[in-house]
Amino acid sequence: MQTLAPTQTQLPQLAHPRNPGMPLDLDWVAAVQANTSAIERRAATLGGRRSVKKEFQAAWLLKAVSLIDLTTLSGDDTPGRVQRLCAKARQPVSPWMLERLGLPGLTTGAVCVYHEMVETAVRALEGSDIPVAAVSTGFPAGLSPYRLRIAEIGESVKAGAREIDIVISRRHVLTGNWQALYDEMSEMRAACGAAHVKAILATGELGTLRNVARASLVCMMAGADFIKTSTGKESVNATLPVSLTMIRAIRDYQDRTGVKVGYKPAGGIAKAKDALLYLALMKDELGHPWLQPDLFRFGASSLLGDIERQLEHHLTGHYSAGNRHAMG
Amino acid sequence: MTIKEIFDSMSYGPAPESSAEALAWIARHTGSFGHFIDGQFTAPGTLFETRNPATGQALATVSQGSADDIARAVAAARRAQPKWARLSGHDRARILYALARLVQKHARLLAVLETLDNGKPIRESRDIDIPLVARHFYYHAGLAQLMPSELPGMAPLGVCGAVIPWNFPLLMLAWKVAPALAAGNTVVLKPAEYTPLTALLFAEITREAGLPKGVLNIVTGDGDTGAALVAHPDVNKIAFTGSTPVGKAIRRATAGTGKALTLELGGKSPYIVFDDADIDSAIEGLVDAIWFNQGQVCCAGSRLLVQEGIAPRFHDKLKRRMDGLRIGDPLDKCIDVGAVVDPVQLATITEMVASNTEGETYHANTPLPAGCFYPPTLITGLSTASRLMQEEIFGPVLVSMTFRTPAEAVDLANNSRFGLAATLWTENINLALDVAPKLKAGVVWVNATNLFDAAAGFGGVRESGFGREGGWEGLLPYLKPATASRALKPVTAIPEPASFDTAGLDRTAKLFIGGKQARPDGGYSRAVFSPKGRLLGHAGLGNRKDIRNAVEAAHAAKGWGKATGHNRAQILFYIAENLSARRAEFAARLRDLTGSPGETEVDRAIQRLFTYAAWADKFDGAAKSVPIRGIALAMNEACGTIGAICPDEAPLLGLVSLMAPAIAMGNTCVLVPSEAFPLAATDLYQVLETSDLPAGVVNIVTGSHAELAKPLAGHLDLDALWCFSSTNLSRLIEEESAGNLKRTWVNHGRARDWFATDAEGRDFLRQATEVKTIWVPYGE
Repeated sequence: MQTLAPTQTQLPQLAHPRNPGMPLDLDWVAAVQANTSAIERRAATLGGRRSVKKEFQAAWLLKAVSLIDLTTLSGDDTPGRVQRLCAKARQPVSPWMLERLGLPGLTTGAVCVYHEMVETAVRALEGSDIPVAAVSTGFPAGLSPYRLRIAEIGESVKAGAREIDIVISRRHVLTGNWQALYDEMSEMRAACGAAHVKAILATGELGTLRNVARASLVCMMAGADFIKTSTGKESVNATLPVSLTMIRAIRDYQDRTGVKVGYKPAGGIAKAKDALLYLALMKDELGHPWLQPDLFRFGASSLLGDIERQLEHHLTGHYSAGNRHAMG
Repeated sequence: MTIKEIFDSMSYGPAPESSAEALAWIARHTGSFGHFIDGQFTAPGTLFETRNPATGQALATVSQGSADDIARAVAAARRAQPKWARLSGHDRARILYALARLVQKHARLLAVLETLDNGKPIRESRDIDIPLVARHFYYHAGLAQLMPSELPGMAPLGVCGAVIPWNFPLLMLAWKVAPALAAGNTVVLKPAEYTPLTALLFAEITREAGLPKGVLNIVTGDGDTGAALVAHPDVNKIAFTGSTPVGKAIRRATAGTGKALTLELGGKSPYIVFDDADIDSAIEGLVDAIWFNQGQVCCAGSRLLVQEGIAPRFHDKLKRRMDGLRIGDPLDKCIDVGAVVDPVQLATITEMVASNTEGETYHANTPLPAGCFYPPTLITGLSTASRLMQEEIFGPVLVSMTFRTPAEAVDLANNSRFGLAATLWTENINLALDVAPKLKAGVVWVNATNLFDAAAGFGGVRESGFGREGGWEGLLPYLKPATASRALKPVTAIPEPASFDTAGLDRTAKLFIGGKQARPDGGYSRAVFSPKGRLLGHAGLGNRKDIRNAVEAAHAAKGWGKATGHNRAQILFYIAENLSARRAEFAARLRDLTGSPGETEVDRAIQRLFTYAAWADKFDGAAKSVPIRGIALAMNEACGTIGAICPDEAPLLGLVSLMAPAIAMGNTCVLVPSEAFPLAATDLYQVLETSDLPAGVVNIVTGSHAELAKPLAGHLDLDALWCFSSTNLSRLIEEESAGNLKRTWVNHGRARDWFATDAEGRDFLRQATEVKTIWVPYGE
């Protein structure tokens, strides 16, 4: 049995050195392969190989809660809406349930909003140590003027965002212009300063898993602290095959550099069962460090609701209802 | 453990599948089983225990089948067979369909029972074994439905005996029972001693499906029970899956009895990783190759061949993956590797690995429960001569070697007595499609491993056995032509008369080896007389050394297999043309030899050459509809080198009838012509010499059939042997062929009309080819 010293549930812990990046190694990028059908087979059988039950399932779901970047990224976001979300991040699960489960004070990993909502969120989360993540750089398409995209990062950091989720220029991947992708990512990383940078690849728009693998690698070489699947706005967002491809790249990067890079699947993870699968994938492919908020996050908005229902079922033995849990 | 502690450790915890229903089923049978004969369970007899290998606890007692039990089961099957065969294809299809449906309805019970009895992880029995069983019955319901229209003129063999192994108990039952029943046969099945329970549950299910009594009979027991089934004189076919030594014993035991035989035996299947492969996926593939079912899989990718430049990194990654495997209670839904089937098997694996002193052995660094478990193991740095590189371990043990070039990978892969399956990983389609046909195997997986489906043939070459299971090619071994045959009368040479004439200038008929006319090694010849008492000439008396030379010459001509079908067709046409030019001469020779007019035989021989010239570029393979995104190509490949002891009675046509399909499909051959009338064949080599046929593709050794049959049948580098001699050599050939398990095709003393239209065509082409299934999943 793997037993580690208890860790804080609050974030970020900075237990690992940040990724300093490395010079762009085009030979390595060119050698990367990703066999789609084999990756899909592995992803498809994972659910049959790993199953977590009873109190273990409850613990894993609570872990998932602690890893959620509770997100609202809508055109109709208002301060009121964001304040409500932040309150949910502070108290993601009913106090009585957390009490009985033995994890009072559990919070989500972060709150993720647009730039204009950063200040509101930072204020709403004061005293909680829950970081605010801002999506940036012309999210979601990343096609606004380059200097504005870089400037946007600085604005969000100034407003109090401790994590910046940038979007890459998909066209650099689609045209194989790895140097341009590397340069862009490097500059964005620099613009983030002390804030952690998550590179959103928008995998649903990259065409192939090979592109996903190569883009992952280039972003890590350029210093990304996290690589993230999607904006949530593409037609296809986080999937297990994409995740497997990206975390294999993370593993290879660690093998080569010794540096641990985080992973954030985002979009489409709505069920507690899905969250368990992702956690098993991280545990099996990358190991325990990637089950902590400094190296793994879920980008999700509706996942928490399903987890709350499952947790109540665990405690009471009765299937739960959504209206019994506070809205985020 | 508190939730907070689990939250911190993120350990998996137990996720057991309940065994309550399965144990209740056993309890309903009072924990003790008889055989299933003629639609009902017999009273339990002499009992032995079947155990749960994960716990060592007895699950139930089952009956040790005696020769009498086998006899009763065979009698029941015999009684039931005519009526079962008379049912329409549709009526049999309805019952097979019901079996498929019922397997699905009882899927979880079957899966849990399988895991209890065998020790395989519940994930595998639930997600792989049982779904494949249902799929097999669905597919064969379809074959039964289509048989009347698609295979007219074919009839079932009768009573089929099936002896199956313990590694996929119910799946192997399905692989035997579904095609046998679809074809109209009845079955007596002997499940493995370690794992009889799902077969008994299946027997119960057949009653729910309305399978008529006696159509499927199950007799449990050990090897003696299997031997009694194999030995029973009223069984028409034996289908066996199991070890190569037992397969060879069955080959010998059934030799000369006329029983049809298919064998699916052991392997040491290569798993080739080229340096441009998706390495992580190739490593994940190894989990499915050698740590699937604890490595107790006949087609397990147990011999890793990895390109030298990536080997260190590959092995490092592989070891890390091995450390992540979870070994334990097979009923746990969160484990990867279950229990070895029995302590005896565990001891065998342990002994084989412990006795190896070469290379480096790595055991997965993962908790190993006490009991019948063996850790996933990797052994690197072995040489080709190492015992573990050559012999099947049948456990979770992978051996590894490196290679430098694709050609070397192929050579190393084929450096084995076995030829069941092969796996190759590369992102280069040119490399994949070049290497796959070169591998000596019945199944090749490209960028995947251990894919199975009822529509795709499965089976081996070399000492991995013969016959295919799955697809149309898997149905044919359960069928025969519906026409009756008569006994073949011995055809003897014209004895030397008291006085005789000689004719013209003496001509010397030699052997024809490697494109050259060769004197017989022994230096003896036999005089050949016409029925009218004229000395026609002398035929060399070939011996074993001539056979040796001929087989070597045939192997040296293996480039023939790479010639295009179009090229082979041209040469066959050209042989026909040149024979036609000498029609009168051959006709006269045949008249001299046999006393009957020869024109018809020459004309038929020319026609036959045309037939196979036509087929040379038309015996197409198939792209099978398998349920993946990808294709499964069924390629008709040449067997290799075929020996053929030709009919005595039609000295020219008989020989051409065997030679032409063999070479049309790309085989090289060693022909032993009519013993009584050999001179038509020795005339023919002059035709071959003038027809652009490459040297060594056809070799002709005249002489005594009885004398030459033995070195041919025993030759370890001959891939198949056919015999249509009027000397009954069938027993000898089948017995001796067990040495390398070459495919045999013998007449069992029955006659064939070589002038008839059914003496050519697909039957012959199938004998001249092996179906290789190449799985190519795709997707970007």
